[in-house]
Amino acid sequence: MTSTATTPAAEAPWKDGKRLLWLAGLLVPSLPFIGYGLVKATGINAFWWFTPVFIYGIVSLLEPVLGTDESNPPASAVEGLEKALYYRWCVFLFLPLQYAGLVWGAWMAVRGGLSTLDTAGLAVSVGMVNGIGIANAHELGHKTNALERWWAKLVLAPTGYGHFVVEHNRGHHVRVATPEDPASARMGEGFWAFLPRTVIGAARSAWRLEKERLARCGKSPWSLDNDVLNAWIMTPLLFGALVLWLGPAALLFLLGQAIYGFSLLEVVNYVEHYGLLRRKLPNGRYEHCQPEHSWNSNHIVTNVLLYHLQRHSDHHAHPTRRYQSLRHFEDAPQLPSGYASMIVLAYCVPAWRAVMDKRVVAHYGGDLSRINMQPSQRDRILARWGRRPAAA
Amino acid sequence: MARYRCPCCGHIYDEAKGEPHEGYPPGTRWESLPDDWQCPDCSVREKADFEAVKET
Repeated sequence: MTSTATTPAAEAPWKDGKRLLWLAGLLVPSLPFIGYGLVKATGINAFWWFTPVFIYGIVSLLEPVLGTDESNPPASAVEGLEKALYYRWCVFLFLPLQYAGLVWGAWMAVRGGLSTLDTAGLAVSVGMVNGIGIANAHELGHKTNALERWWAKLVLAPTGYGHFVVEHNRGHHVRVATPEDPASARMGEGFWAFLPRTVIGAARSAWRLEKERLARCGKSPWSLDNDVLNAWIMTPLLFGALVLWLGPAALLFLLGQAIYGFSLLEVVNYVEHYGLLRRKLPNGRYEHCQPEHSWNSNHIVTNVLLYHLQRHSDHHAHPTRRYQSLRHFEDAPQLPSGYASMIVLAYCVPAWRAVMDKRVVAHYGGDLSRINMQPSQRDRILARWGRRPAAA
Repeated sequence: MARYRCPCCGHIYDEAKGEPHEGYPPGTRWESLPDDWQCPDCSVREKADFEAVKET
């Protein structure tokens, strides 16, 4: 495992160049309000779609323009970084803005007199905030203190993805980059085939993990101690309250934004481990997750919007490390661009495969036996790549 | 009562405390934990990876 951390000259103490940039994470839950402001200022209703245009379009374009940042904090600075409360506030403050957007969005969808097209734009915008909020919940859900874990469940409630904390930590991190993990995409598996497999697989796995844990504790899974159940319950409580206030029409908006929101999280999951595989050891266990088992990106714009989620190899090697301390590894596989443009590519399966399949093959030096492959595509992949040397 | 440390995140399994949230009550011996027992904090190291803590 290599780290490019260097110690600066003794007289110049290291300063975190990204410190203020982490506030950009709070731009995301502000986007639907900015879109509303633009509708009001210009009279152009298309600005109800401002949030997805900003994330898919503007951020995708900014990824190559603003470029990459490979810098790492020196090891001596990590303890101070991990303890500084400022970085935690940058994460905690997402939730109030997120909930303000959800409540305002539901009200606007029902009472705002919007056209169907404008309402759809608003639902996608709010769903996008709640979907990207899963990156925020992800940061919180890895921490071992109760406040951060409960905060994560609240961030997940608008998408109904409360099981994510259990499944991500005790399911995905254990089985990542193996065929058994529903959240690790296989080479040859298009996003639209991956989506139902990961959504259903994650929920089932989370329930099973809690059922087994509670059985060891001598309790029924139908207990509020079940961390999947107590997180899931928040969603009908939240949606129920909004429906009581605004009427049944709100439910369509809430369900629509939730489905879109968790699908956004899942397309990020799709990108993160596509085709990568851990080797099985002679004792039947998989090798430990190494930096080579995650796709990374150092594109600065998406890294500050997503709390360094793209420094994914260090995250899987050290899951309890806080976002501000995550490092770039020279030997970790790199995506050609940041997540914003890669998820657009993932929606378009042939384009994704044209860009990524050759990179998976090259990563394994042409050894196809080392790839996590979709079984139904095996013959086709072997025929396509079997006799050709992979381009570097 | 012995203690064992996760080499990844530093989490300590203390036999005296057990891991009650995971269903292993105080006093659960290291030998009684299943082989596929995962570190409850980082989840990326398992029982065989843990190192015994030398008591001073």
